[in-house]
Amino acid sequence: MIYRETGQFKTTYASDQQLFPILQDRIFVIAFLVFAFGAVPFIATDYLFRAILTPFLILSLAAIGLNILVGYCGQLSLGTGGFMAVGAYAAYNLAIRLPSLNLLVVFVLAGLCSTVVGALFGIPSLRIKGFYLAVTTLAAQFFLDWAFARVGWFTNYSSSGSVSAPPLLFFGHVIEGPVEKYLFVLSIVCVLALVAKNLTRGAIGRSWMAMRDMDVAAEVIGIRPLYAKLTAFAVSSFFVGIAGALWAFIYLGAWEPLAFDVNRSFELLFMIIIGGLGSIVGSFLGAAFIVILPLALNQFPTALGIPISTATISEIELMVFGALIVFFLIAEPRGLARLWAIGKEKLRLWPFPH
Amino acid sequence: MSASRRNLAAFFALLAVGAVMPMLAGQARFPQWLEIVLGGLMSGVLYSLVALGLVLIFKASGVFNFAQGAMVLFAALSLVRMMEKMPFAVALALTLAIMVALAWLVERLVLRPLVNQDGIVLFMATLGVAYFLDGFGQIVWGNDVYTLDVGMPKEPKIILEKMFEGGILVNTEDLIAALIAAILVAALALFFQKTSTGRALRAVADDHQAAQSVGIPLNRIWVIVWSVAGLVALVAGVVWGSKLGVQFSLQQVALKALPVVILGGFTSIPGAIVGGLLIGLGEKLSEVYLGPSFGGGIENWFAYVLALVFLLFRPEGLFGERHIDRV
Amino acid sequence: MKGKLRYKAAALALAAAGGLAWAADALAQSKEIFVPVLVYRTGPYAPNGVPWADGFVDYLKLVNARDGGVNGVKLSYEECETGYATDRGVECYERLKSKHPVAFSPLSTGITYALTDKVDADHIVLITAGYGRADSVDGAVFKWNFPLMGTYWDGADILVQHVKKKGSLKGKKIALVYHDSPYGKEPIPVLEELAKKEGFTLLKLPVTHPGVEQKATWLQIRQQRPDYVFLWGWGVMNSTAIKEAIAVGYPRLQMYGVWWAAAEPDVLPAEQAAKGYNGLALEHSAENNLPIHKDMMKFLYDKGKGTAADKKEVGQVLYNRGMLSAMLTVEAIRTAQAKYGKGVMTADQVRWGAEHLNIDKARIKALGVEGMLQPMHTSCEDHEGVRMARIHTWDGSEWSYTSGWYTADYKLLRPMIEQSAMKYAAEKGIKPRDCKKEM
Repeated sequence: MIYRETGQFKTTYASDQQLFPILQDRIFVIAFLVFAFGAVPFIATDYLFRAILTPFLILSLAAIGLNILVGYCGQLSLGTGGFMAVGAYAAYNLAIRLPSLNLLVVFVLAGLCSTVVGALFGIPSLRIKGFYLAVTTLAAQFFLDWAFARVGWFTNYSSSGSVSAPPLLFFGHVIEGPVEKYLFVLSIVCVLALVAKNLTRGAIGRSWMAMRDMDVAAEVIGIRPLYAKLTAFAVSSFFVGIAGALWAFIYLGAWEPLAFDVNRSFELLFMIIIGGLGSIVGSFLGAAFIVILPLALNQFPTALGIPISTATISEIELMVFGALIVFFLIAEPRGLARLWAIGKEKLRLWPFPH
Repeated sequence: MSASRRNLAAFFALLAVGAVMPMLAGQARFPQWLEIVLGGLMSGVLYSLVALGLVLIFKASGVFNFAQGAMVLFAALSLVRMMEKMPFAVALALTLAIMVALAWLVERLVLRPLVNQDGIVLFMATLGVAYFLDGFGQIVWGNDVYTLDVGMPKEPKIILEKMFEGGILVNTEDLIAALIAAILVAALALFFQKTSTGRALRAVADDHQAAQSVGIPLNRIWVIVWSVAGLVALVAGVVWGSKLGVQFSLQQVALKALPVVILGGFTSIPGAIVGGLLIGLGEKLSEVYLGPSFGGGIENWFAYVLALVFLLFRPEGLFGERHIDRV
Repeated sequence: MKGKLRYKAAALALAAAGGLAWAADALAQSKEIFVPVLVYRTGPYAPNGVPWADGFVDYLKLVNARDGGVNGVKLSYEECETGYATDRGVECYERLKSKHPVAFSPLSTGITYALTDKVDADHIVLITAGYGRADSVDGAVFKWNFPLMGTYWDGADILVQHVKKKGSLKGKKIALVYHDSPYGKEPIPVLEELAKKEGFTLLKLPVTHPGVEQKATWLQIRQQRPDYVFLWGWGVMNSTAIKEAIAVGYPRLQMYGVWWAAAEPDVLPAEQAAKGYNGLALEHSAENNLPIHKDMMKFLYDKGKGTAADKKEVGQVLYNRGMLSAMLTVEAIRTAQAKYGKGVMTADQVRWGAEHLNIDKARIKALGVEGMLQPMHTSCEDHEGVRMARIHTWDGSEWSYTSGWYTADYKLLRPMIEQSAMKYAAEKGIKPRDCKKEM
């Protein structure tokens, strides 16, 4: 009744191909953005910003990057943590050695560094497929982990191997405080999510999906596998690199190579599995789920007043993760995004059943 | 010689040169080099033990069982905790029963509902099983480091002291582990070749539908395969646990089994052994001789990079089946 | 149907978020002093983290049960699991910050590095007793960090002092087997400096987390045959190192672990074979029958309120260390109360207390830890208080002291500390305090 498209006629191709063709969708998205930018900074608590919203946004950016590679292009990658580390350390070195650079430029350049490294480690994908590729991306992960721990230049010869981000100078204003950081990250993520969505809707996205579905057939009809796969790795690493730089600079503040280890890669993989492979909205949903779940699990027993040791909570967390992954794969292999889409479908017919 | 065989020969030639290089370059004397080679081969055997389970499951059900490491840990944990209260033989039997029950549960709850899905989906399901087993094992059995004492000798043996100065260090524990692995492989080979269940397993590995049409019950076969993999995990857990102590990080070591199956091919048991030996050897040699010039710590990624380079020469692994894409 | 689920899930999430915020506010108005405890009870570092956490929490419970709190003000605490991971530590910090904590003890040098940048702005004390940044001894730059009792630079110096006693080190070889993390890398600058001074070669052998793969490391040691091996490991890396040392036949008598690598979880897996393994004792060892332990039994364990799963853990090396960490935190609170009045203290006040700690022999005896703690005295320029240690050795079933007291060479270390602190201040744009003025 509310969510009906009747009466919305398109008279140009451009309006037909737009991102949100249904008016209600457009209104909802704009309202949501206004809420996120305008209302949330005033009503949310410090804790919500620091512990939930900021990591959620940064991790969804990384999840979008990984989704492009795994969900849209079908190349299983377990090395995402390493690429995040590339972005983080590249941003650190740029900020330290070229302090006059604008912060946004630093992040974009860090993303480009990650792109180069990602494309490099993506070259084997031309010959190696499936699980084999997954294991070779692990090579990237462990190698990058080691490189950042061992090569002194990356950490500015810090004796402890731990580095900390310089003050975030943005057009003369120092970004500090949870609200400012949240708004900064939100803007970047919105812009990049839009870029990702448009890429996946375009020709390049279609070539990725063709490679995923049937790569031999795609090659037969003229899609160059080299081009498709390498661009998937490159674009994915760009997003992941920027996410890594944001994670290090804005969320952590100080970090060491272990912050981007193989567990981070698995965490991102879980996000896109649960959120939905091949869906931008799914990346956000999956990230939200994974960010909130441990906190909810932590607070739940104490809220009910049951004394439970932190060790048990961690272990229950692992169990719940594992069980949920299996559950999602069985019940809804296309993840939360599919549930969202079904919801919208039902809403279009409501209150009629069919 | 086909291109692929040539590539393979080139790869092994390079490997052999790399292995002997430290001696040629004068950096190592023979006895030290031999010690490191032996040490590498021994740890390779340990990796193969874990890889064996992976290969078994992949062969029979096409599932890449990421949870093998978690199974190793779970089996070892169950055994060591039960050994605190009962004699070894009873604990061993009970642990075996637990692993069979686990296999049944996994088949029922995870494999059956996902029966026609992509390989990737099944892989991610085993990832979920791995995490679940991880947490579950620690809740039930605890997360301390437990000493698994099966009577393995801990002190090293120095042999051939007359021939080489300082003698050659041989780790008796590792030798026994290698022996156990050899017995296990022989037993598995016998099982597959001589028993009807083994033949059924090979039939299923060949072609699921054909096997079903001949009347082989797929579900029961999968339970059997996962149980055998559980048994292999138990043996691996005992050997590793006796060496390192039974603790959480055991499954991290199991991650190393992945390059092993890459090298050896996902569907070959001798491949798992050879792959393991190669990886163990390559790792230790590179760490001791290449490591210092890189600042150390390279054995963490060397195995994977070795597997990666190998795949560029031969994408199916040493003994793996050639993959043919049909459009 | 699925849509309904979605709405329910969204509502639940919002409710949870709201509940969290409300709970945080509620505690802020309580009449207790909040001490957060960052622990790891799972993961590869759990065997060492659990006894420390138990000791820490037990002491807080004891103060409440035996003394009725610190001068009548009870302590409240909350554990947060970090798994020794820096980002989880930061997450715990952010989460517990809203409850107005007075002091954090992260039990991880990596987390300490990450939090050091934040505590300045957030005004929260960071007590890193026996770990943390070595340069944070300089309180002029690191206003909120307190590496009480000792840092790794002290430990490295004391170890070298001890082995030097066995014979000149000129031409000798010392291998450092270290955990590849900020914790393990911390002693390297001092050891390199001392290598130049004393004329020994330093062989650095990093071990990647979690540290179970050490075969190649120890094969190298067998090759190189160093005269001494210093072990700077944590968690399962320690027991693995000792086991691998046994497997390559390296004499345990020549092995020296830092005070975090010389405790029961490290040697018990090898038991008798680890006999002769030496370690630094950060002032205390495995004493378990001092008045404080008797109090623990009387007020906690006999009533079934102890934290440790096994009573035998009380008095073990790491348990004692956790206990002392908590004790120093409480003493800082007490010192603050002496100046600011016997009520609920703020973090700023506790910081003042930590900076003016004056624990003398009489106080040590009153606390019931005589023999476990040396008199200590902190100040603006010295946030450490004391820098002494001994060596203890494992004889197969227990630890016993095998050396006298050593004091770290402050004349050598202080310039290094100041240099490193100044570098940090320059990087961060911090203006160092003038300690003379504040005196």
